[in-house]
Amino acid sequence: MGSRGAGHAAQFHVLAVDDSILERKLIERLLKISSFQVTAVDSGLKALQFLGLQDSTYQFHQEVEVNLIITDYCMPGMTGFDLLRKIKESTSLKDIPVVIMSSENVPSRINRCLEEGAEEFILKPVQLSDVNKLRPHLLRKRAEEQLSISNKRKTMKECNSEELTNSVCFATGGNPKGFLLCSRTGKASPHGVEVTEHAMRKMRRKKQLAQKKAWAPLEVSSDEEPLRQGEGDAQEVEQLL
Amino acid sequence: MDRIVELQRQLVEYTTSLYNEGFLDDQFNQLQQLQDESNPDFVVEVVSLFFEDSERLLNELANSLEQQSLDFIRVDAHVHQLKGSSSSIGAQRVQRACILFRNYCEVQNVEGCLNCLQHVKHEYSLVKSKLETLFKLEQKILAAGGTLPMMM
Repeated sequence: MGSRGAGHAAQFHVLAVDDSILERKLIERLLKISSFQVTAVDSGLKALQFLGLQDSTYQFHQEVEVNLIITDYCMPGMTGFDLLRKIKESTSLKDIPVVIMSSENVPSRINRCLEEGAEEFILKPVQLSDVNKLRPHLLRKRAEEQLSISNKRKTMKECNSEELTNSVCFATGGNPKGFLLCSRTGKASPHGVEVTEHAMRKMRRKKQLAQKKAWAPLEVSSDEEPLRQGEGDAQEVEQLL
Repeated sequence: MDRIVELQRQLVEYTTSLYNEGFLDDQFNQLQQLQDESNPDFVVEVVSLFFEDSERLLNELANSLEQQSLDFIRVDAHVHQLKGSSSSIGAQRVQRACILFRNYCEVQNVEGCLNCLQHVKHEYSLVKSKLETLFKLEQKILAAGGTLPMMM
């Protein structure tokens, strides 16, 4: 989801989706008064565009960080449920908590949404007390993410040999605090975050070289081990870890 | 000073009657809680949106119900929207009239629907006039240099 700089404020960014202008005004006010940063859109389609999932006038993927999506259920075209599903199906967005709002208390609808992965189901009209329930979800999520980052650094060492057998190893200079693991099939899985820009550039160059040789590069670096360049086999990779 | 106090008393009395007579419910109070110095016109703005929305929907409904073959699904969708917005501002009697309306849509009762439309229109015009009176009272107080009394 992109690295977080040290100066990142505690403010959470909420994307609100509702086709009614009155509802958007209300939810926007509720969220702002609760110290959330808000972007309000009037359709599921616009929400997906904002999140970078849909072709739009933007030519590049928007790196906008959204911490929570709150959407109306009943909307023309794409319903809130459709939007929820699309978000949960997306590898890049599935971890963003989604909250559904509806004016109708229909148990089967509520269950359906929760089963599809919605965090909460709020009955309209939305009140301040409902919005106050959102913050704990976001704080918990943030704490989980921090924990996951520090855990992932360790998991590289726990990578199974099968993964390593089919990998090519490159190590980079600079002062990276993370690494990228790519298999021969080209599948990449980030195992660390906060890779410095300098290291990223070096990795990219190495990747390009490797691609010329029709290899998908595995770049590994660790703080403790001396870094070296070159191709390696699984054993060498293990030694590096 | 006496005038301000008198105006404030009138406002409290008027607002209380609106709650007692069911024109407004707690949701209106919720809206007032969201108004402050940084957003001093919030309630008026939201209610204005409600007026615009409602008038549009009521026109649509009148049109739909005049058609030869009634599209109940379309009618119901409009009533659903009106129900939602009236609920969001606390216009309780309008909301309840909409609920009745939807029942008639569900059983596809044309006459029932026509009657309900009249009923909703009537409730809407009542609450509109009441809210306008309320806002005028508020303006008088502010113009006289007073502050709006906190409700509840």
